[in-house]
Amino acid sequence: MKVLMFGWEFPPFKSGGLGTACYGLTKGLSRNGVEISFVMPVTPEHAKADFVKIIGANTLFKNVTITEIDSCLTAYTTEEDYDSFDTQRKEIYGKNLFKEVSRFTLAAAQISSQESYDIIHVHDWMTYQAGIIARTLSKKPLIAHIHATEYDRTGNNPNPSIAKIEKQGLDAANLIIANSNFTKKNVIDHYNITPNKIRVVHWGIEEDTPAYHLHFSSPLKKERIVLFLGRITLQKGPDYFLEAARKVLEFEPNTTFVIAGNGDMLPSLMFRTAALGLSQKVLFTGFLMGDDVHKAFQLADLYVMPSVSEPFGLVVLEALKNGTPVIISKQSGVSEVLKHCLKVDFWDLNELVQKIVMVLRNKTLHEELKENGKKEADTFNLDTPAKKIIKIYQEAHYE
Amino acid sequence: MSKVCFYFQVHQPFRLRKYSLFDIGKKNDYFEEKKDLKTNNEALFLKVARKCYLPANKIMLQLLEKHPEFKISYSFSGTALEQMEQFYPEVLTSFQSLVDTGRVELLSETYYHSLSFLYSKKEFIEQVNLHNKKLKDLFHYTPQVFRNTELIYNNKIASSIEDLGYKGILAEGWDYILNGRSPNMLYTPKGTKYIKVLLKNYKLSDDIAFRFSNRSWPEWPLTTGKFHHWLSTSGGDSVNLFMDYETLGEHQWEDTGIFDFISKLPNELLKNKNTTFTTPTELVETSPSQGELDVPFLLSWADLERDVSAWLGNKMQQESLKNLYQLEPLIKQSNNKELLDTWRKLQTSDHFYYMCTKWFSDGDVHKYFNPYESPYEAFITYTNTLNDLTLRVKELLQINES
Repeated sequence: MKVLMFGWEFPPFKSGGLGTACYGLTKGLSRNGVEISFVMPVTPEHAKADFVKIIGANTLFKNVTITEIDSCLTAYTTEEDYDSFDTQRKEIYGKNLFKEVSRFTLAAAQISSQESYDIIHVHDWMTYQAGIIARTLSKKPLIAHIHATEYDRTGNNPNPSIAKIEKQGLDAANLIIANSNFTKKNVIDHYNITPNKIRVVHWGIEEDTPAYHLHFSSPLKKERIVLFLGRITLQKGPDYFLEAARKVLEFEPNTTFVIAGNGDMLPSLMFRTAALGLSQKVLFTGFLMGDDVHKAFQLADLYVMPSVSEPFGLVVLEALKNGTPVIISKQSGVSEVLKHCLKVDFWDLNELVQKIVMVLRNKTLHEELKENGKKEADTFNLDTPAKKIIKIYQEAHYE
Repeated sequence: MSKVCFYFQVHQPFRLRKYSLFDIGKKNDYFEEKKDLKTNNEALFLKVARKCYLPANKIMLQLLEKHPEFKISYSFSGTALEQMEQFYPEVLTSFQSLVDTGRVELLSETYYHSLSFLYSKKEFIEQVNLHNKKLKDLFHYTPQVFRNTELIYNNKIASSIEDLGYKGILAEGWDYILNGRSPNMLYTPKGTKYIKVLLKNYKLSDDIAFRFSNRSWPEWPLTTGKFHHWLSTSGGDSVNLFMDYETLGEHQWEDTGIFDFISKLPNELLKNKNTTFTTPTELVETSPSQGELDVPFLLSWADLERDVSAWLGNKMQQESLKNLYQLEPLIKQSNNKELLDTWRKLQTSDHFYYMCTKWFSDGDVHKYFNPYESPYEAFITYTNTLNDLTLRVKELLQINES
């Protein structure tokens, strides 16, 4: 089986879960005998993967100078964000995000006629138009993978242009892969897609990497540490985390809260922290990547993911594999498949507070969550989702 | 002559309502959930009464009237009897009518369906006595055979039961303890003189209790004729079919045909003139012991392991039980009826079962019976409740904690 795959990020060019997911997905597929050509917007020079042929769409643009990937080109960039980037960068990457997507789409047309493949597989809205063109030209079946809908990213205030592209892609696809029932429901509710076209494949995670064994510690360990790690944006609920921190400190004053990540809400969150007089107790790390993410988990006694809307939440499995117990929002895909954790509705602040306090106070609860959670996370792998996806390829191929 | 001995367990716990850290010192309505259906004891009791107790009792009464040979036995937890009195007295009346036929035996157990034997011998004996008193009050009945919570058993328990004057005790007929001997015989527990142990024929019991509605079971559908054949080739003195009464209509729903099966089974078995029905006391009095049975470890009827790991397997369960029984001297010193009753309701084994994390092997059964979202939620509610009770008893005794 040969697959032409369109993606937007790939490690180390990534800003979040989508890149990690595409990496794990292609690795698992290739291990199970699938040949993949992975097309992404920029030069593949630094992309680390020997199991997939990576094609940079930009190599086709003679007039573009190739530079390092810029963080403005991420799955999570909003149009407004993109507009605020400086002029020089925009000259390299196109006047706006839509233009960049259009350029990618044009390149896709060219690549799709050069490569040979049985299936077209596209990841999230930025690549959907590319997929539609490739399908039109090749008549091969199109699989639209949805990792997050525009409604997830914006707290139900979608950019109409993005929502339109999202719908076009989902409509055009022969089959849709959603990364959770949570995402599947969003797709049905917001885009009126027939449920029998959607297959749910929960994400897997790489079984083991050296980063899980750093045994990191620091002087911060004098106190118990509760961690938030994710983009500092509405979707991830960092404001709920801060409010919970304030109340938990009334019960458990010897606790430090760490907020790791970057995003549009970071300034307001820092102001609020200062206004509450909690600057000694709530620490900000900025954006973390690579080993630093693992260090943060290894330092923490508890990881909290209070997301308002979390299509999957791969980071939760990373936390558990680092030996950190988790409290997760029920509004997440991962909560569908994870048992050994505590779950809360993101809006239920009292419940979140009581659970954080209970885990900090009760050693037994902490240990059981940690041990069983790690064991459970270790059962996730890359082959299970890969095998499910291969079945979906076959289904689309022989349709 | 081959005999069939039916024993049905009737038990309902008082489930704890979700109790938060912030409720401590403010609320003590631990068992009074009204909204959440999963922990609303009254609503759950009404449901099981309509699905199981009332229709099953009706069938049993008809069978007893129709077949003079038919006999059955029950063991009621004290908490189940309280719920009948409190929530649905007609259920109690219908059980009383069954006992009035004179062919229904009742067994002895701990009033609160507790694990007290493992933690406090004193409390264990008090609960057995309480239960005896309850049977006397409600049924004018004195039991002669004992069954411990979840059929938890070992040599020591058998000895203690003998010391209390019982003639028999029930246990799981697990292959491992039998060494090739038949579960359909009576044995003498190691270290005892007079008492006999009756063993559950788990294969035939579970054919009804667990596999009856399982369509991927090669023997599905189970017919009375097929079951009769298995029973008659099973050998021994008596085939002991022990199961939860809730099997009828609650675990196996009416539409599986379970009521039809049970109501036709006696007629089918009695076609054979050599088959009859018996009860634990009758068996103990008429069948000889086939030798010694040595069970040095704790055996139960639960899960694949048949051990006590469903209630004591993890640290949350162990800590909860330890903290609970540590409170015994204070609770008894307080001489406060309500605190004592609450403390005892917290002993019901179900609370610890809900905290079980052995999800991956026996997952389905545990999940089905768990009213909480996870074992961790069960532990949080239990811990907070117990902490509140501890505060209350200390306050009453004016113990200041530094």
